[in-house]
Amino acid sequence: MTPVDQPDTAAQPGVHPPIDVHSPVAEHAVEIATARKDIIRIATAGSVDDGKSTLIGRLLYDSKAIFEDQYEAVERASKGDYVDLALLTDGLRAEREQGITIDVAYRYFSTPRRTFILADTPGHVQYTRNMVTGASTADLAIVLVDARKGMLEQSRRHAFLASLLRVPHLVVAVNKMDLVDWSEEIFESIRDEFSAFASKLNVPDLTVVPISALHGDNVVRHSTNTSWYEGTTLLHHLEHVHVASDRNLVDPRFPVQYVIRPQSDAHHDYRGYAGTVASGVLRPGDEVQVLPSGLTTTIAGIDGPRGPVDEAFPPMSVTVRLTDDVDVSRGDLICRPANAPTATQDIDALVCWMADEPLRPRQRIAIKHTTRTVRAVVKDLTYRLDVNTLHRDPEAGELGLNDIGRVRLRATQPLFVDDYLRNRATGRFILIDEATNATVGAGMLTPAS
Amino acid sequence: MPTPDYRLSQLETLEAESIHVIREVVAELERPVLLFSGGKDSIVMLELARKAFAPARIPFPVMHVDTGLNFPDVLEFRDKRVAELGVQLIVASVPDAIAAGTVKEEPNGSRNRIQTPVLLDAVEEHGFTALFGGARRDEDKARAKERLFSFRDEFGQWDPKNQRPEIWDLYNGRIHLGESIRVFPLSNWTELDIWQYILQEDVAIPPLYLAQEREVVERQGMLYAVNEFIRPRDGEEIRRETVRYRTVGDANLTAAVLSEAVTVEEVIAEIAVTRMTERGATRGDDKVSDAAMEDRKKEGYF
Repeated sequence: MTPVDQPDTAAQPGVHPPIDVHSPVAEHAVEIATARKDIIRIATAGSVDDGKSTLIGRLLYDSKAIFEDQYEAVERASKGDYVDLALLTDGLRAEREQGITIDVAYRYFSTPRRTFILADTPGHVQYTRNMVTGASTADLAIVLVDARKGMLEQSRRHAFLASLLRVPHLVVAVNKMDLVDWSEEIFESIRDEFSAFASKLNVPDLTVVPISALHGDNVVRHSTNTSWYEGTTLLHHLEHVHVASDRNLVDPRFPVQYVIRPQSDAHHDYRGYAGTVASGVLRPGDEVQVLPSGLTTTIAGIDGPRGPVDEAFPPMSVTVRLTDDVDVSRGDLICRPANAPTATQDIDALVCWMADEPLRPRQRIAIKHTTRTVRAVVKDLTYRLDVNTLHRDPEAGELGLNDIGRVRLRATQPLFVDDYLRNRATGRFILIDEATNATVGAGMLTPAS
Repeated sequence: MPTPDYRLSQLETLEAESIHVIREVVAELERPVLLFSGGKDSIVMLELARKAFAPARIPFPVMHVDTGLNFPDVLEFRDKRVAELGVQLIVASVPDAIAAGTVKEEPNGSRNRIQTPVLLDAVEEHGFTALFGGARRDEDKARAKERLFSFRDEFGQWDPKNQRPEIWDLYNGRIHLGESIRVFPLSNWTELDIWQYILQEDVAIPPLYLAQEREVVERQGMLYAVNEFIRPRDGEEIRRETVRYRTVGDANLTAAVLSEAVTVEEVIAEIAVTRMTERGATRGDDKVSDAAMEDRKKEGYF
């Protein structure tokens, strides 16, 4: 068996010796581990054939996030000539049996600069809802393309879904470059084709990298085979891409999640509104408006996990105290009087449908939007979108499993919404089937064009 | 403290996500309970629950599924912590269930599997609809696949091939009577994150997580401290070693590791350089098969 690389130290039989916690190695490791870092969430999409799992295995292995006992288990389970790094992430019995990824697996690794949460998502069309689950929280999506095959239907679909969810950064990893003789020409033609497709999708940031996941070229280490490539390695890009500015820090939106009333002698008059800042920045002294009542008041104080804070911004979980004793409950939203979301019962959104039973006009359904859940009726299916051609079919009578379309809904109560393109947190919702309780759809409020 | 660039550290980000999840459960589900073993993960989870509702008390009870095979240190810690926080402790006892005949002791002495029916009976008796568990996705391949809100049917079973989509931070906690949601607020934390948080927030932990000299026997390449559940077998020699526990499970199955780490800082140094996973290094019961955890979860295990 030829592993991609030998482990640093072979596992010894018997009891492991104690680790010298004061060695230079340990001190260095502590320095890396305890450095103040931010988190970047990454989604990869693809199938085993694209080398997606090999790429993840490579990232984990080269960043030393794979432990010896995990590696040995994978080595034992591998059947071919190579250690099958896909077995590291395909954790379900059915996945290992069928050699496919069915549901998202989450993996964790860090470098001195960043902590990475990697959602390894399935590529097959029948598991699109699981891919959407993994990509929905991502800051960056990696789409893998086999250099020999170029852009396939699947790569288009992955790029489209990432753009639909407004994943702010897209990376196309052109893999298996070793099998096309490191051809600059092939790389450039794939890059140009993808760039043309991406420009139709409004992808804000696209990076294309030539790699060999199997051999590690341009993944963690620069390749000596691609002298014509002037960009950075994949990991370098993941470490340095600027994600903090992707959040909306302009429009204060605070959906009230839970009301905290201690009712104890020590905190007799305490009444705080707990929630996660969806967007914008909140500060004590800010004049605010509470929706749906429309009453205005002032922020008296904001309590974070370690006591009062001077400001709160996404994704902080805090408790807001108000100066006036106004009526506020779960599902209400705190904003600024001069900067409020749209209150509306009419929802026009792109919906990704995730249930076997199709979505049809006149159907009744529940919408969960921020902390507010209301009933709604499907008024109209404006069109169904062909994900591969981006063609719109206005004649479609329903949305089937994994279909995407523009849907108009009428809610029983107003929702406080923003355009998803401007505010991801208040421009999105999920749909719940009230009979089965299943999550059956994901919606994004984007203007019709 | 002002943060000029509006960026949270990794621990602050994870903390915010966990608090959001804990609050969401209390807002949407009627009778939650937090599974508290006195191990480091459930200790951190309980600390996050405290922060989520401060200055009010934690608005739900905690439950310990007591296998009767506990480290005394850990039980003592459990009772002390629960008293400090003023939360109700419910103990679901495996020995009581064995005595009542509702479960049978397994021949290998492990109570890992038989604690599942005891848990499920307690859930039914108290009508709990949501159970907070301290499991992390980095622990195991099956856990790496599970949602933060993990739907369970009336038998507590997990159906890994038919999980609810979990999109953005919009969690769906809807259930029918008898069904429940297992909630894992620490899903995205790693072992190292847990220890860094313990250090940063000065969270109290049971002493057996730190190295001290103990009498041990060696079994299948692992060191087990001699205690009321572990007695030397024929041919086994008792020796004194400086060890600590990296995980805390049943006292008859949890191995210790040779360690020099006597402070939390040193534990962090140890974990930062170790090349073994925590379960691989310390759990006799996880070595059975590659899918052991998936199979147990399908039966209703946390």
